[in-house]
Amino acid sequence: MVKRARLPGALLIDQKQPITFTFEGKTYQGYAGDTIASALAGAGQWVLSRSFKYHRPRGILTMAGQDSNTLVQLLGMPNVLADKTLITDGLQVEAQNYTGSLMNDKEAEISKVARFLPVGFYYRAFFRPKGIRNRIWEPIIRAKAGLGKVDTRHRGGYYDKAYGHYDVVVAGGGLAGMSAAISAAQHGASVLLVDENPILGGAMNYARADIKGKRLRARCAQLRQTIAESANITVMTDTVCNAWYVDHWLAVIKGCRLHKVRAKQFILAAGSLEQPAIFHNNDLPGVMMGSAAQRLMNLYGILPGKNAVVLTGNDDGYGVALELREAGAQVQIIEMRDLALAQATLHDGCVAAGLRIHYGSAIYAAKADRNMHHINGVEFGKIAGKGTIAKEHQQISCDLICMSVGYTPTYQLALQAGGKLGYDDDTAIFSIENLPKGFHLAGSLNGVFATDDVQADGQRAAAQALDGLEITHSLAADFLPVMVQVNHPWPIFEHPDDKNFVDFDEDLMVKDIRNAVKEGYNELELVKRFSTVGMGPSQGRHAALNAARLVAEATDRQVRDVGVTTARPPFSRETLGVMGGRVFSPERLTPMHHRHAELGGHAMRVGAWWRPGHYGVGVDRVAEINSEVRNVRENVGLIDVSTLGGLEILGADAAQFLNRVYTFAYLKQPIGRARYLLMTNEAGTVIDDGVACRMAEDRFYITATSSGVDRVCRQMLWLNAQWHMDINIINVTAAYGGMNLAGPNARKVLQKLVSDEVDISAEGFPYMGLREFQVAGIPAIVFRVGFVGELGYEIHVPATAAEYVWDQVLAVGQEFGIQPFGLETQRVLRLEKGHFIVGQDTDAMSTAEEINMTWAITQKKPFFIGKRSIELRNRALSKRKKVGFRLPSGITSMPQESNLVLKNNKMTGFISSVWLSPTLNAVIGFAYCAREDAQIGNHITIKCDDGTLHQAEIISPHFYDPDNARQKL
Amino acid sequence: MKYLIIKNFHCSEQSVLKAYQIKFLSEKFPKIRLYVFGLRAKRGGHFDRIIRVCGILPLEQAMPFGLLKYGLSKRYPSKPDFVAPGDLKKSYDIVIVGGGGHGLAVAYHLACYWNIRNICVLDKGYIGGGNTARNTAVIRSNYITPESVNFYAEAVRMYGQLSNELGYNMMMSNRGQLTLAHSDATIRSFRMRAEVSKHRGTEIEVVDRQTIKEIVPNLELDIHAQPILAGLWHPDALTGRHDSVAWGYAVCAMELGVEVHQRTEVTGFEVVGNRVTKVKTSCGDIQCGQVVQAVAGHSSVVAKMVGIRLPIRSYPLQAMVTLPMKPFINPMVSSTALHCYVSQTSRGELVIGGGPDPYELYSTRSSLELKEDLAGHACEMFPFLVDVPILRQWAGIVDMTPDYSPIMGPSELDNYWLDAGWGTWGFKATPASGKYVAQMVAQQKVPEVLQPFGVERFYDFGLVNEMGATAASH
Repeated sequence: MVKRARLPGALLIDQKQPITFTFEGKTYQGYAGDTIASALAGAGQWVLSRSFKYHRPRGILTMAGQDSNTLVQLLGMPNVLADKTLITDGLQVEAQNYTGSLMNDKEAEISKVARFLPVGFYYRAFFRPKGIRNRIWEPIIRAKAGLGKVDTRHRGGYYDKAYGHYDVVVAGGGLAGMSAAISAAQHGASVLLVDENPILGGAMNYARADIKGKRLRARCAQLRQTIAESANITVMTDTVCNAWYVDHWLAVIKGCRLHKVRAKQFILAAGSLEQPAIFHNNDLPGVMMGSAAQRLMNLYGILPGKNAVVLTGNDDGYGVALELREAGAQVQIIEMRDLALAQATLHDGCVAAGLRIHYGSAIYAAKADRNMHHINGVEFGKIAGKGTIAKEHQQISCDLICMSVGYTPTYQLALQAGGKLGYDDDTAIFSIENLPKGFHLAGSLNGVFATDDVQADGQRAAAQALDGLEITHSLAADFLPVMVQVNHPWPIFEHPDDKNFVDFDEDLMVKDIRNAVKEGYNELELVKRFSTVGMGPSQGRHAALNAARLVAEATDRQVRDVGVTTARPPFSRETLGVMGGRVFSPERLTPMHHRHAELGGHAMRVGAWWRPGHYGVGVDRVAEINSEVRNVRENVGLIDVSTLGGLEILGADAAQFLNRVYTFAYLKQPIGRARYLLMTNEAGTVIDDGVACRMAEDRFYITATSSGVDRVCRQMLWLNAQWHMDINIINVTAAYGGMNLAGPNARKVLQKLVSDEVDISAEGFPYMGLREFQVAGIPAIVFRVGFVGELGYEIHVPATAAEYVWDQVLAVGQEFGIQPFGLETQRVLRLEKGHFIVGQDTDAMSTAEEINMTWAITQKKPFFIGKRSIELRNRALSKRKKVGFRLPSGITSMPQESNLVLKNNKMTGFISSVWLSPTLNAVIGFAYCAREDAQIGNHITIKCDDGTLHQAEIISPHFYDPDNARQKL
Repeated sequence: MKYLIIKNFHCSEQSVLKAYQIKFLSEKFPKIRLYVFGLRAKRGGHFDRIIRVCGILPLEQAMPFGLLKYGLSKRYPSKPDFVAPGDLKKSYDIVIVGGGGHGLAVAYHLACYWNIRNICVLDKGYIGGGNTARNTAVIRSNYITPESVNFYAEAVRMYGQLSNELGYNMMMSNRGQLTLAHSDATIRSFRMRAEVSKHRGTEIEVVDRQTIKEIVPNLELDIHAQPILAGLWHPDALTGRHDSVAWGYAVCAMELGVEVHQRTEVTGFEVVGNRVTKVKTSCGDIQCGQVVQAVAGHSSVVAKMVGIRLPIRSYPLQAMVTLPMKPFINPMVSSTALHCYVSQTSRGELVIGGGPDPYELYSTRSSLELKEDLAGHACEMFPFLVDVPILRQWAGIVDMTPDYSPIMGPSELDNYWLDAGWGTWGFKATPASGKYVAQMVAQQKVPEVLQPFGVERFYDFGLVNEMGATAASH
């Protein structure tokens, strides 16, 4: 195990708590608070991954989770950011995207043929001759794709969601964010302050603004203290505000919990992202952002190199140099500007410390050993012009190159909110414009860099937010910040051997961007899509600025006209599990559900409900269904119909409302009678049916199909929101349990459960009659319908008593041969009787006329939904018609629902229902066929699954008891 | 024999060799494509013609090493895919509004197969920047109605050969699509789709749980409350690189003389009598012979400019993509009940999508709720994905018709042709729509295969209803 000493005073780690973990099977030690990347760096392991295309060794670039160089694999978790993920005892970490070993990746050979793989090469080859792609190339290419591996046995932990509501949400807990939060809270606003790091302070924790490096630390401590004492600031650290959605609806992620936060005002103070310089080998381990080196030293106590070169184009590089020097490194500075421009306090500090500064110079190439595991030197020279370096080069041996050449604002959330980027060629930095109301910027992403100014800018943003909240305040709304030039306008240098990377995620070099433009892809979005720049895991965080500069140059446009590609959520890592949370899949059980299970019911899903399809041991499904059918026909059966939709329509306009929504007539429906309901949509297509029970002048209890009731109820509410009729619509589906008692013995069974005063004789309670009386002592709504074609009572009782009533009915029915029957049995029974089912025997085009239901349409009414369309459709009838058909029972190949009806080998229709009827001993069914063939006595051709053709005879669809004698008993 | 140059290969300045890709204009050999190599001549200041043919190669054997030139030449051998045309001309035979896959495919087919070259394609942004860029590249034909199955099966077949036809690799990958049934009602509708397709000769099957396990071994069959009962397996379904479809058509259309004007927005039309006489654009007015509208996402907006009302409602449709992973799901898997479909791109990313947003909107903003739903359902189907990071979510605008089928055909104006109402089924139709809409415009007559898709069907109830076959299974 490798163990090296850390620098003293590291903020985030606890050197008293060692932690061991493995990387690539080798054991390492880090400390509590270490990330995977820092712990490995602490142990001298700098190579973390292999790059996407060329398989080059890659290591720490930003130390802030902004690049895919540090993506590693945990057990079952691909693509984890090593510089953001903390180590735990026993953690097993693997590197990604290599063949062989991480340090000796066989696929790195691909670099040698790089010139044959130009930008967009995959559009140019691998498809000729025809068919070769699928056979030969695709398996090879697919195997090369992707980074991490998923483990299909992996299961996640617990994920959930929370909600938050704040006056002001501040994203980013650096100087600007802390200042904004404090100012807003001091005026009474409730504030949520979110920061992705373990502690507040942002750059104050690692950067330096003075030679001694004390100023920022002191200010940070003071602000932290104020925030801790402030009652109305909620602080969430280790938390990312990952997306902005309309009206400041924020996705805030902490660990395994998604906080969905609504802010009245939003302040983005997320700081800036340091940008790379582009030179040969700028991607290898040992080359990193200046801020990454500072983070390593100050947060994790790691000296990233003993011999350092700092490439700087701004004053921040001198801070990095001082830091490195104090930590014990040899430092030389390559300053891209001339001496005259580099006149700041920190520069003077470096001069005083005796550091060697090469003015007006830039790096030509980083040097590395043959296996490129780490850089070992730098070749540099005087800058001769934009992007070019004079011929005379100097060399320095070094094991660290820090880049401090500029920033981009962390604009992602602002652009998600519709913000636009501006770019000034002088400052060479993006600015953010065009933000929605209530969205404010503070700090460096607002172009403010001097320490005091950043704090003042936080106050200014708070002032804007307070204005938005209409809270009076005395904060200054405006001030003039000091101009600080932080970006070098062209830190991009050519090299004959390329490998000067613009996009580290996607392995794109300077020439790739230029060549994409040369190919004609001259819009940034096209460059992106053709070259994939910015499409990788970091979504262009470190590539967008330089790519925009290169495209602008190549297309002779301004950078601000080129812009960046659309910013989309999420900002940083979020997993499917966190977004999905606890997944709720609703399922509904009827009050008698457990009885069905006890009785051997075979559950099937109908909408969200579970219903028994049939009962029995399940050896022969068809036989069991047929046995239930026979029992209903011969004795009596009981089916649970609790799932049937139940709606109450109350109010003076109730009948009028039904008259508009359904096709039949309800105004004169007598109290105590049930009537059929048929619903069509605006196109005149049948969409639902049921029964309307008139309980009182102003009260209907109606049923709707099990799977349709929610849609019907929603539609009714929507309609009445426009019509303003005097009604209430209540969905009482779950309030009632329902059962249908059907069969010749039904009356005898029911008689046993009602008191003698209740007259249920054929005269006293006729077919389509409706009564309210007690069944087994429970108040019930009972109505006589004939869906299955037998004497039947539909009994609806309060859901809480339904299981009891069910038990009672089955108990008293024993002597009459009662048996429960299931949904599938009911479908057979109603088919025999000739009733259609909405959804099964209708499709999205079915008219009442096609399915022979015109009797249920009252054309006399002035209006109902679908009336006009039905009139139009009646004028030119459709080409098809639903018919009943019969096949002899002896056929060897049984047709299935959805089998086609053919005419001259062309499809004219299909079978919607079919069964070998146990009652009629024939195969019967419904089918759609060509209208001209739809006469009784004609034959239609049915094509079975196995291709067999049957000639079916069209007969009346009222297969069983066409005179309705049995249901009217 | 008369021939047509389909592709004109530009070699470097110094090269004495030149190549064409040609096809014959004879009815006898409609499908034969040849590469012709030869010495070239200087003419009119350009090296632009073959004067002596040195060799002829059938398409299949030509250029197997498309990358050699990049490796062997010293300078980047760039013959740009696109060259910006100059200013707009005063007049074009055909103006195509919309430079997405559809508009460019129509332009290519008109130029290549109907020899009409005086065409301009207008786009307010960049080519393929609308729904061509935003779709999730599912190419399938497992629809319900015979009309749709005929049309989309042709599209699937054409897609399979498109890379070779256009000389641009679209990375078409024959993965197959598996649609999941969680209820017996869905199984019934699956059987219907299978029956219709099988009758036409396309292999689509209803498969049981055991077969599903074989096709997608890591799919969770026993999803809580919604166990998977069966599936609809469509082995011909493809996925590919969606952007490149627009590019490939654009490259070939431009080579044939079509002008593609990007950043050129149509602002209005001048209609005289029953004809569009002028197309007004942000870069000036153009006189036009025929106008084709192919602006998915804004169909009713553009049609309104010319005075046509379309029965279309436009909704955002969202999707998202994860970070790339090594391949582990081969087919595209979709579940209408879960409002979710999942496929893995050739880059290794998982593309996850669902149904359109519930309300109409012309904004491509993303929403949190949709992402939460998609993520949850994706994890129900593949529980091991919980710790997979999401890279990006995005949205497009889809033009939904009442019957979930497109509108292709003439309009109430004599020279204004509609290619609209592409809802969630536009990308998969691109080649077939390009072929037949071009034929329609060239012949001024609606081809038989397009006849069911005219806008008049909404007035006489002749709908092509695909409601059950489109939701969340694009």
